[in-house]
Amino acid sequence: MASKIYQCVEQIGNAIIENKDFLTDLDREIGDADHGVNMARGFTEVLAVLPQEEADLGVVLKKVGMTLLSKVGGASGPLYGTAYMKAAVPLAGKTSLTVADGKAVFEAVIGGIQMRGKATRGEKTMLDALIPAQEAYVAAADAGADAATCLEKACEAAREGVEYTKTIAATKGRASYLGERSIGHQDPGATSATITLESIRDFVKGM
Amino acid sequence: MVGIVVVSHSKKVAEGVVELAAQMAGANDHIIPCGGMEDGSIGTDAVRIMEAISDANTGDGVAILVDLGSGILSTQTALDLLEEPIDARIADAPILEGAVAAAAEAGQGTSLDAVIGAAEEARTFSKNL
Ligand SMILES: Nc1ncnc2c1ncn2[C@@H]1O[C@H](COP(=O)(O)OP(=O)(O)OP(=O)(O)O)[C@@H](O)[C@H]1O
Ligand SMILES: [Mg+2]
Repeated sequence: MASKIYQCVEQIGNAIIENKDFLTDLDREIGDADHGVNMARGFTEVLAVLPQEEADLGVVLKKVGMTLLSKVGGASGPLYGTAYMKAAVPLAGKTSLTVADGKAVFEAVIGGIQMRGKATRGEKTMLDALIPAQEAYVAAADAGADAATCLEKACEAAREGVEYTKTIAATKGRASYLGERSIGHQDPGATSATITLESIRDFVKGM
Repeated sequence: MVGIVVVSHSKKVAEGVVELAAQMAGANDHIIPCGGMEDGSIGTDAVRIMEAISDANTGDGVAILVDLGSGILSTQTALDLLEEPIDARIADAPILEGAVAAAAEAGQGTSLDAVIGAAEEARTFSKNL
């Protein structure tokens, strides 16, 4: 039997792979037309190498991270790779997650992406989806909501974050070469981050 | 002797830069290209970069020349992944000019500080002759 965490990663991977062309088309507008190709290559390898029975969240997420930082190829490789590896740290030895663990994961993920990429909110990156998602998640968690509700709120905020990226110019990554001309287009990485969160939400709802 | 690693999204770019730098390298045969992905496609791979840094190290440290974007991020990730303590640093320099200057300096048997310094000085060379 595949572990729960394997099934969750599989759901994320399948969603990313299904959206390969969409993400690449977004990156064609403001980048080098490879974000979907990069992410799909990374997750195809993840699904090929991840041990299905392994249930230790820390072990699984570390393996996901190592694979992504070697197989994605673009900036999203070291960024998502670092994010998954940092998420593994507070989850080491665990086989299930609480709402509070989710807060720790958000903190580790965003901390890792910022340590690696030195971006802040408003630079038209994946952080423009993830930071609002974190805020919404934490607000819902602190109000006593269950995991599905916290994740639903996080996804809504992430979607709004993606919309917001259309209104700003990129100052980090490839899209920054376009400057003001990047306005009007949504950020590919913010989009893949939202697809990731939505996959986790759907997985938790189906549990 | 200080080793040199050249990191690019493109295998051809990394190999071409090393080809030019090696002309200036004297006896230094630790100038290693690390370009593209394992399957030859365009991109950067932190794990392969980490291995290249280990291969380039003879004990005197490694100067790394990188191209854009994930060339930098993947190399920083590679430095974090190193299991053995290696004095390896990214030169804040243009990849080709930096690699040539670094190779010339390292070929004299000088320190990593000197090699990184030479590479970074290449930033100031004017092309308005
Ligand atoms: N410094 C950064 N911090 C956070 N996110 C970033 C940063 N740089 C880029 N990104 C995200 O990465 C996405 C692009 O990923 P992609 O896989 O297309 O890499 P790339 O930009 O083509 O990489 P490369 O640097 O190799 O050209 C962007 O849409 C953005 O969300
Ligand atoms: Mg791209």
